[in-house]
Amino acid sequence: MATVGLAEFLGNIISEAGVSGHEDKVAAVVQKGMSGLFDEARTDALGNLIVLKRGIGRAPHPRVMLAAHMDEIGLMVTKIEDQGCLRVTQIGGIDRRILPGLEVIVHGRKKLPGVVGAKPPHVQERGEREKSVKWEDLYVDIGLAGDEARELVQIGDTITFAQTPIKLQGQFMAGKTMDDRAGVGVLYECLRALKTMRHHADVYCVATVQEEVGVRGATTSTYGIVPDVGIAIDVGFGDQASVPEYQSISMDKGPGISIGPAVHPAIHERLKSVAGELEISVQVDPSPHPGGTDAFAIQIARAGIPTALISIPLRYMHTAVETVCLTDIERAGRLLAEFIVRIDKKFVEGLKCF
Amino acid sequence: MKDLLKNLVEAFGPAGNEGPIREILRTEVEGLVDEVKVDALGNLIAIRKGSGPRVMIAAHMDEIGVIVTHIDEKGFLRFSNIGGISPFMLIGQRVVFANGTVGAFGAEKLDDIKDLKLNKMFIDIGAKDEKSAKEKVTIGDIGAFYRQANFQGDRVIAKSLDNRAGCAVLVKTLKELAGREIPNQVYAVFTVQEELGLRGAKTAAYGVNPDVGFAVDVTGTGDTPEAPTMAVKLGEGPTIKVKDSVVLTHPRVRQFMMEVAKNKGIPYQLEILERGGTDTGPIHLTREGVPSGAISVPTRYIHTPSEMADINDMENAVKLFVAILEAKLDEAIL
Amino acid sequence: MLLKTLTEAFGVSGQEQEVAGILREHVSPHCDKVETDALRNVIAIKSGSKGSPKVMLTAHMDEIGLMVMYIEKSGTLRFKSIGGVDPRVLVSKSVYVGRNRIPGVIGAKPIHLQKREEADKPFDLDGLFIDIGAKDKDEAERLVNLGDGIIFATKYEDIGNTRAKAKAFDDRIGCAVLARLLMMEKRWDFTIQGVFTAQEEVGGRGAQVASYALEPDIAIAFEGTTASDVPGSKEHLYSTSLGKGPALTHADASFVADPRLVRRLMEVAEAKGIPYQMRELTTGGTDAGRIHLSREGIPAGLVSVPTRYIHSPVSIIDKNDFENAIKLMAAFLDSIEERGLPF
Repeated sequence: MATVGLAEFLGNIISEAGVSGHEDKVAAVVQKGMSGLFDEARTDALGNLIVLKRGIGRAPHPRVMLAAHMDEIGLMVTKIEDQGCLRVTQIGGIDRRILPGLEVIVHGRKKLPGVVGAKPPHVQERGEREKSVKWEDLYVDIGLAGDEARELVQIGDTITFAQTPIKLQGQFMAGKTMDDRAGVGVLYECLRALKTMRHHADVYCVATVQEEVGVRGATTSTYGIVPDVGIAIDVGFGDQASVPEYQSISMDKGPGISIGPAVHPAIHERLKSVAGELEISVQVDPSPHPGGTDAFAIQIARAGIPTALISIPLRYMHTAVETVCLTDIERAGRLLAEFIVRIDKKFVEGLKCF
Repeated sequence: MKDLLKNLVEAFGPAGNEGPIREILRTEVEGLVDEVKVDALGNLIAIRKGSGPRVMIAAHMDEIGVIVTHIDEKGFLRFSNIGGISPFMLIGQRVVFANGTVGAFGAEKLDDIKDLKLNKMFIDIGAKDEKSAKEKVTIGDIGAFYRQANFQGDRVIAKSLDNRAGCAVLVKTLKELAGREIPNQVYAVFTVQEELGLRGAKTAAYGVNPDVGFAVDVTGTGDTPEAPTMAVKLGEGPTIKVKDSVVLTHPRVRQFMMEVAKNKGIPYQLEILERGGTDTGPIHLTREGVPSGAISVPTRYIHTPSEMADINDMENAVKLFVAILEAKLDEAIL
Repeated sequence: MLLKTLTEAFGVSGQEQEVAGILREHVSPHCDKVETDALRNVIAIKSGSKGSPKVMLTAHMDEIGLMVMYIEKSGTLRFKSIGGVDPRVLVSKSVYVGRNRIPGVIGAKPIHLQKREEADKPFDLDGLFIDIGAKDKDEAERLVNLGDGIIFATKYEDIGNTRAKAKAFDDRIGCAVLARLLMMEKRWDFTIQGVFTAQEEVGGRGAQVASYALEPDIAIAFEGTTASDVPGSKEHLYSTSLGKGPALTHADASFVADPRLVRRLMEVAEAKGIPYQMRELTTGGTDAGRIHLSREGIPAGLVSVPTRYIHSPVSIIDKNDFENAIKLMAAFLDSIEERGLPF
């Protein structure tokens, strides 16, 4: 089966809604998009999509787990006011200052377009503009009165940003939830590359759930898979105005290859050497704290998993216009495929004694 | 329910020192189940054997309290919190220790009451000096609040409704089910140290290795004057949890629970608890993941010595639990 | 000298190989098996004739420190902290960058060029940098790598009569207690699982995976813990005091110690006349927190050597507390042989 290009795959998966804990529709789109590239697929108790591409040669095969989270930040309805406005809370970390005036979709009995209410400057009190709007003053307006709203919406319904994918200049693309569907794009590129390559390792590509609320999906999926090597693919802070250089990685200079407590140094070195050998552009990305990505959970599953972290540079994280460079995603996918074909028993055994 | 609840809320059992409440609960559930055991952390596990999937139902039996950290030469005790405690809530309260020693909370002189912190407070057990204080209390002793329960109509005011209300619901559920055939194996776990970070449920769930999990705990309400936004009211039914800080209930589990309630005509409310967590968190992340849900008893003034709940919400929580456990959970959820 | 070697060794979280090497070298001749796992925990097994119970003893190898994040055109280094470092302690300290120990100093804007109100605010990481004397980025890149750990350049020294100062007593002092126990001639009849853990300062990560793998029946962690017996601190907030013996913990932010285990420790201390004190604060977390929640739960305890100024470039201990911690633990292990576990 012919596969679609990266931009189309990514456009499809970022257009689907999947707030943490509600990823089933995204999982279906991802699995469909990857069809023809794997041997088996299943979803587990929490909803992680686990796609297996088997290796060749004599068993046992080394087990490699690649994890990218498919959940997205969003809002959840906490109360329906009598005039029909929906009170909301955040799922995952949202800068509430991006919300006023934003278009959203409420996932009630059907998809309902809505807007986040913004108070016009004319009726604001003096000094109000100097402060950020508070969570308790935010609401979503779906244009319905209270009773009508209650017919279609209930407490616990999720709300996503309505942003459709935007093709920027060159290879740059923007949209909601590039964090971390860009990582799922890396899984896709890796599987596409592996289709024509011979590899000994069994490759478990996992689109994980509930990363944004505490790396929950990676916790349980890693416990189940027990890989010899675990690699999380997430997004990193791309260089942008107002972020110091020492806190960011550059756009279009290749994926960040993390080094830090959550990363096994031998996997880090191997990723760098494979990139060097094939002249794939990468950037070393120092990560002094192990938290914030699925690698945090993967590394400490069971008796400990040799783990690495690859980051796609991304600008404007946790907004509706997260921006990535497609070339970085392609580079990461190719790098992982080339890394995987080079994995053998000796490499895996060496990870336990160093 | 009222007698059971009074017995449970007045019992002693702060987190890390759950011995007395555990013994009361053991007495309540022995005879209702096939086996009762206690694990390494002190969780009480009551097992109804049988066939079908393994269902863990959990209620934490610990309550918030204080731990003695220092005894000065005049016999005053310094202390730290066990679980979430505001210093402002302590003024005028009494603490009781496992041996029955009672103390009053006092505070150092402050220029501004806003500066009140736990480390500027102390416990006075009426000791004349260090020596006589140490005869009654030692560093590391964990105490609980000292309050009796009051029942007024359908409402109860008591300490530790968080989560003896949940314990009462579990006990009553086991009573209702006693002698009846159900298509599930039930592991009822009265967990320890929930107030210290959901610790007991974590190890208990690993040991039980359930196919499905449910917790019962208390939740806040939004029905008091100028309350934070929360669409939960006292007396309008137990809540089915959608979200708290540690779990997003799997939509399939939540849907199943709502259908059960609707079919049986049990009132319920949907709950989003913005701050706070419950045992469902660690249960659903056990091993490869466990589909899990939670039922809560709406409760006002949580983490004070005067929490308030409605008996009808607890009775309805029992009905909901019984109906859930009578369902074929392997077909409904798995 | 073990304390000097251990405290001067390089070992920020995730880069513990030098500490691991020193410890392996010391304990290997006395143990049946010494292994490393995927997180670089060093696991030293000393089996007795009976084999059971399995007693896990741990101390963490890693120390707090800094990491090289970025190299400026000028050749100065930008950094972030590994583990909990108060940025206010950093300015004007000397450091070593990377395992090759490139010397550097932490600089900041001179007081003469600061605005008046700047001095009232502590420096944050954006205002600090490390100067290794490189003339430009190229030269710096030849000497250091992004991701290199950075340690304080503090030397071990005996000071006062019974005290010592060094960096990283948290938790090399615990490593020294554990190493000394493992190096004892005595062989108890049960199994000791000595674990020098990695990555405690970033969340007890090594201890978590090691306890899952080893499934002990009981566990005790050794720590260098806060001693705040200093001016400006009220007595009830000292937590521990130097020279009053090893500190036992009832509860901290990460766990409640098994009361039966704590009682046994107190009993053996009193029987042998070994001084001890109770840790009087409940803040802070340790490896014991992760260990006691492993699998179905493991009864755990904590024995600490009081340490002033932890998480800063220089800390102070009393060597008598260290020796008494070893004595207490040896007596505790004897009690397991004589009377079994305390539960």
